[in-house]
Amino acid sequence: MGSGTGTFHETYAQDMAVFRSGLQWGIAVAFLVLLFTSPFFCSDRMLTILTMMGIAVISVHGLNILTGYCGQISIGHAGFMAVGGYTSAILAARLGVPFWVALPCGALAAGTAGLIFGLPSLKIKGFYLIMATIAAQFIIIWTILQLRSITGGPDGLSVPPPRIGNIALTSKANYFYLVMAAACVATILAKNIVRTRAGRAFIAIRDNDLAAEVMGVSLWNYKLQAFFIGCVYAGVAGSLLVHYFSFASTDMFPFMDSVWYLGMLIVGGMGSTTGAVLGAVALRLLDELVTMVGPILSAAVAPQAAASLGLIMHGLVIIIFLIFEPRGLAHRWEMIKTYFRLWPFSHQE
Amino acid sequence: MVFLLQLVITGFAQGMIYALIAIGFVIILKCSEVFNIAQGHFVLIGGYLGYTFLVTCGLPIWAALGAAIGTAIIMGLLIERLILRPLLGAPVLAVIMATIALATILGGLATLIWGAEYKAYHGLLPTVTLKVGALSIPSESLIGLIVSVVCVTILMLLFRYTKIGLAMRATAEDLQVVQSVGIRATTVYAVSWIIACVVGVIGGILLGGVSGANMELADVGLKAFAVVLLGGVDSIGGAIIAGIILGMLENVAAGYLDPLLPGGGLAQVFPFIVMIIVLIFRPYGLFGLARIERI
Repeated sequence: MGSGTGTFHETYAQDMAVFRSGLQWGIAVAFLVLLFTSPFFCSDRMLTILTMMGIAVISVHGLNILTGYCGQISIGHAGFMAVGGYTSAILAARLGVPFWVALPCGALAAGTAGLIFGLPSLKIKGFYLIMATIAAQFIIIWTILQLRSITGGPDGLSVPPPRIGNIALTSKANYFYLVMAAACVATILAKNIVRTRAGRAFIAIRDNDLAAEVMGVSLWNYKLQAFFIGCVYAGVAGSLLVHYFSFASTDMFPFMDSVWYLGMLIVGGMGSTTGAVLGAVALRLLDELVTMVGPILSAAVAPQAAASLGLIMHGLVIIIFLIFEPRGLAHRWEMIKTYFRLWPFSHQE
Repeated sequence: MVFLLQLVITGFAQGMIYALIAIGFVIILKCSEVFNIAQGHFVLIGGYLGYTFLVTCGLPIWAALGAAIGTAIIMGLLIERLILRPLLGAPVLAVIMATIALATILGGLATLIWGAEYKAYHGLLPTVTLKVGALSIPSESLIGLIVSVVCVTILMLLFRYTKIGLAMRATAEDLQVVQSVGIRATTVYAVSWIIACVVGVIGGILLGGVSGANMELADVGLKAFAVVLLGGVDSIGGAIIAGIILGMLENVAAGYLDPLLPGGGLAQVFPFIVMIIVLIFRPYGLFGLARIERI
C-alpha cells in the first residue's frame, strides 16, 4: 500500500469493493448516524420531507434498474406503485393482514403487474415500450377505479395504522425510521444487484440488445427480471406511501409522478445508484421550494400561478439537464471528486 | 341499427380529427425521428387559443383561425429552436423525455394563462346540419370532418408539389443524402414542427368547438398515439385510416359497453387497450414498415 499518496488496489476484492478507503467508510457511517439521529433535532415538517424523500429514493432505485441499467424505459412507474400500495392496503384494511406481511405482498403484486406489462418489451423497444408503459399506467388506475367494491374506487380506502409487533408506527419519527431503514436496504440491494451476473446482463441489453442476445444473454429472462425487480421496488415504495397516509387513493399515483420519477433519474444520472439517490433528493427539495414559493407567487400574480409553477418548473428542470448535463448530478459529483483528488494539479486530467 | 349507424358516423367524424392530429406526429417522426409526446398539448393550446381569439378578442371565425395558426407557427419555431435543436443526435430517451417535459411546460403555461378552467365556446363555429333518413349528423362533427379533410388535402398537396415538401420527403428517406445535396435539414425540422403545431392547434379548435376547452383536451394526444401505433408510426395514410377506425371503435364501444360497466368511462382507457393489443401482436401497425436491425 502507498504511504499516504493514494489508494492502491492489490486484490480483485479491493478493486470491486463499494467502499474503497477508510475515509469513504467514515463518511458513510457518519451519514447514517446523522440520518438516524435526525428525529431528535428535526421538526415534524422536516421529517415528513425526509420520509417522502426516502420513499422516492426506493421508487427511483427500481426505475434505475429497469431504465438506467436495463434500458427499458417505463413511464408507468406510479401505476406500479399504485398496484403495490393498493394490494397492501386491501390486505391490511379488508383482511386484517398485519403490516409486515402486507408490504411484501404488495411488492410481489407490483412485480407481477410489471411482468405482465413487461411482456411487450420482448418484441418492442424505445418509443413503443414507452407507449406500452404509459398505457399500463392508465389501465392500472382505471382498473382500480372500476373495482369499486374492493378498492373503494374514487372514494379511496382507509388503511389501519401500521404496526410491527407491539410497536405502533403512527408517530412521524417511528415511520421515518422504517422508511429510512427500507431506503438503506433498497440502496444496498440496488448497488449489489447491478454488480451481479444479472446486473451485467442488464447493462449488456441496454447497450445493444441484439449483441447481448448473440452473446448468449437471454433477453426473455433478463428483461422480465428487470421489470420484476424494478416493479417490486415500486411496490414497496407504493405500500410505504399508502401506509404513511393510512389512506389509499388513485390521486396519490398520478401520471405526472411517473414522468417525475424519470425526471429524478435524469437529473441524478441514469445507470448510477448514487445518481438515483441524488436525483430523488434534489427534485424532492425542488418540489418543497415550489410549494414554498408557490403561494407567494399566487398572491402576487394569479391564483393559478402556484399550480403552473410546479408544472413549468418540472419541465424546465428536465430539459435543462438533458441539454446541459445529460449524465446527471452523479457525473457532476464524480467530476468534483476528481478535481479535489488531483488538486492542486487539477489540469492533469 | 340507427343507434349503431349514428355511433359509426359520429365516430367517423371524430376519427378524422384524431387522424389530423396524428398526422402532425407522423410528420415530425418521419422527418426528424423524434417521437413527439407533446402533440396532445398542442391540441390543448389550440383549444384555448380558439377561446381567446373567438370569445375574448371577439374575432370572426376566419380571423380567429388565422391568428391561431400564426401563434402555432411561432410556437413551432420556438420549440424546434430552443428544445429540439440542442438535442440533435441525443439518444432516443433524451429526446422523448424532452418532449414529455415540453408537454409539462405547455400544460403549465395553459394553467397559467387560462387558469385550467373549462371555457365553452360552442355555437360560435358555423352550423350545418345534415339529415339522412332517421340519422342526423351533428353540425360540429360535420365541420370537423370538412376541415380535417381540407387540411389533409393541403398537406398532401404540399408534400407532392412544393419544394419544401419534396425536401421533407427526401429527409424522411435519407438524411445523409439530403445533406450532401445541400438541403438544410434544420429548415426541414423547423417546418415539420410548425406543421405539427398547426394541425394540433386546428384540431384543438375543432374539438374545443364541440365540447369546450379544458385541460382534458391534452388527452386527445394519447388517442393520437394509439392511432399512430395502429396505423404504423411512419405512414400518413395509415394514420388517416387508423384514426377513422379508432374513432368508430371508440364510439361504438362506449355506446354499447358503458351502460354495462358501473364506473363507465371506457372511452378514456379504450385507446390504451388498443395500444397494448397492437403492441403485442403487430408492433409496426397496419401499414408501418417492419424494421430489420443489424448489429
